[in-house]
Amino acid sequence: MDAFLVMTVAAIVLGAIGVLLFFWTLKSGQYDDMDGAAQRILMDDEDDLPGR
Amino acid sequence: MSVTTFSQALQIDPAPFVRRDDKGSARLELAVRGMRCAGCMAKIERGIGALPGVEEARVNLSTAKLNVKWRDGRLTAQRILNAVNELGFEAFPYDPGAMVRQDDDEGRFLLRCLAVAGFAASNVMFLSICVWAGLDGEMGAGTRSMFHWLSGLIAIPAALYAGRPFFRSAFASLAQRRANMDVPISLGIFLALGLSVAEALQGGRYAYFDAAVSLPFLLLIGRYLDHLLRRKARGAAFDLAAMQTVTATRIGADGVTQSVSAGDIIPGERLLVATGERLAVDSRVESGTGDVDVSVVTGESAPVSVGPGSALKAGSLNLGGALHVRATARVQDSLVADLARLFEAGQQNRGRYVRLADRAAALYVPLVHGTALAVFVGGLVFGLSAQAALTNAIALLIITCPCALGLAVPAVQIVATSRLFRAGLLVKSGDALERLAEADCVVFDKTGTLTYGRPSLINGGDIAPADLAMAALLARASRHPLSRALIGAVGSGPVADQVREIAGEGLEATVDGQIVRLGRASFVGATPTQRGQISELWLRVGEHPARLFLFEDRLRSDAAATVTQLRQRGLTVEMLSGDLETPAAHAAQGSGIDAWYSANDPKQKVAHLEALRLAGHKTLMVGDGLNDAAALSLAHVSLSPGTAVEASQSAADMILQGDTLSPLIEAIDVARAAHRLVLQNFGFAIVYNLIAVPLAAFGLVTPLIAAIAMPASSMFVMLNALRLTKKGT
Repeated sequence: MDAFLVMTVAAIVLGAIGVLLFFWTLKSGQYDDMDGAAQRILMDDEDDLPGR
Repeated sequence: MSVTTFSQALQIDPAPFVRRDDKGSARLELAVRGMRCAGCMAKIERGIGALPGVEEARVNLSTAKLNVKWRDGRLTAQRILNAVNELGFEAFPYDPGAMVRQDDDEGRFLLRCLAVAGFAASNVMFLSICVWAGLDGEMGAGTRSMFHWLSGLIAIPAALYAGRPFFRSAFASLAQRRANMDVPISLGIFLALGLSVAEALQGGRYAYFDAAVSLPFLLLIGRYLDHLLRRKARGAAFDLAAMQTVTATRIGADGVTQSVSAGDIIPGERLLVATGERLAVDSRVESGTGDVDVSVVTGESAPVSVGPGSALKAGSLNLGGALHVRATARVQDSLVADLARLFEAGQQNRGRYVRLADRAAALYVPLVHGTALAVFVGGLVFGLSAQAALTNAIALLIITCPCALGLAVPAVQIVATSRLFRAGLLVKSGDALERLAEADCVVFDKTGTLTYGRPSLINGGDIAPADLAMAALLARASRHPLSRALIGAVGSGPVADQVREIAGEGLEATVDGQIVRLGRASFVGATPTQRGQISELWLRVGEHPARLFLFEDRLRSDAAATVTQLRQRGLTVEMLSGDLETPAAHAAQGSGIDAWYSANDPKQKVAHLEALRLAGHKTLMVGDGLNDAAALSLAHVSLSPGTAVEASQSAADMILQGDTLSPLIEAIDVARAAHRLVLQNFGFAIVYNLIAVPLAAFGLVTPLIAAIAMPASSMFVMLNALRLTKKGT
């Protein structure tokens, strides 16, 4: 029973942390340009060439 | 008709649109057309980032915007605009004054509620399943009670947080003494919480905490979809309007010219209207003569000659040399002054339409609440305890909560509009689709709608290739509409050296020792032909005989095909033009329209649509000019080409992007399919309730049944909506 209580509380706390992190991503504008974000991973970063 | 081309974009001076902060940085927001992929984004961001003084250049692909921040003074706004154009994209300054805050506060609020509801629903469900599994088995009453309280601890704050969009709307609706769909939803959430707390206090078996959070979770999905749809449509429509923001060139008392925003012009000020520039306000010509294209204002396709003293309407396009004019009205009095009244009348007419979802709500609310009351009273009559009767009534309100009904319409409409968006058609509101599905009659405008709204070369086949090439050598140096039409026919290539443009006359250059002239008949020494609607250009090389080039506003390539397909779908097609009889007859014949009317002024157009309405027709109006704006707002549903003037675009329900009319056919098909799917979804919701209500009335609905039935019905409705993506193309 003790183990169960600990697990339940831990699960809820972890879930709540997830929700708070989601709030943060929302606030920092990560969902403002969904189409652009999908394309940006395809951009070649010329600045990141090795040996620089 | 006002094809905001590359050349016109260049003429908008972006300087008035720059915002400056106190740290010495300047910011400019540009709407960019033609961005499609990562390559485009990288090209623009690197190209602009490499300009001297640029601190930040970031593209937003979803909204097609470029944000540039630079050290003030090191760079002009014009240089940035030109740089984007040179990279091969069309950029337009974006008016931050006219811009509504683009930050999507409402959307973020809904997403936060959705996240909380989702989190709570999954955790409460996990506790609830334990309770249901152990209900008649090994779980003791004490453990069950603890689980109920744990659930309540999560569900109560979460439901109060996530339910706010519904509570607000329900409260606002009740304040107006009406009941919208959010009233039973809010009631359902509160009753589910209240009943569960009472049950937990008594150590009872059934608590509905999971229903209290999964209810807002499912409904918020529909609410967020609906919001996305409206935001996307509003944003895109707004962009189109902002792109057309006009500037004008003011001539100061000292003779110095200055670029100003059209809104700042005061009657009596002197303005300079360059070749190819569109007039921002009503004015009177002071000096200069030339031809003016008034097709946007009246629908007439042939240019009109003007001279000192002529009155010009806003929206006229100067085809000749520079004109000096004196403004006679402000921009807000100019645009649609006498159309404004007709315009408002039309909008009120539109307001009479009741959305399908609202019609369903009007039936649903009294019906369900009445049934719940009957169940309670009936329970008492048949000898149930007050508590048992109340529990049954509340269970009924919870299980009939309009999850499926709330999703039935937005889920279908978002699938339909995003499919049409890909096909090149922008739908400004969800109910436009509902109205389009009902349309049985299509009325087309002519100039700029059935036709391209710009001249193109029609006798290219009769002209020797050498002459065409020679004319193009000169034309490439000019921005005159006829020059551009000529280049459109010939293609890009070399430009003659030192081409002189004599305003209102033509072009002159020396090629291989011979003087070459391209322009009006008198300019090259030829006799003009009287052809009415057809514009002409003459070319004379040295002393050779002059050659004639003919231009005409052509029908769109798919005009006739579109009319045929509309007929196949059972719609009657008419044409209502402001143009003269001959060109109107020509266009009607070419596109296969039998019922056509010419020389209609805006009032006649409105009267015609009103007559159609009284005859019981639901009319789709397709038009682009200022003279169509009132008719567009009066029609049952309306559509504008993307090249239409701002007033028409804001009056229309849908905007076509691109040069073809065929997306209209797909729009009608999708709208009709969407209508069927919405009705199917409603039908399903009715069947669901027909099963759920008797179950609840006889006290057979346990939280377990509610937890299965509610999400299942929502899933069914959403999956049904997704069928729309696959049909046809």
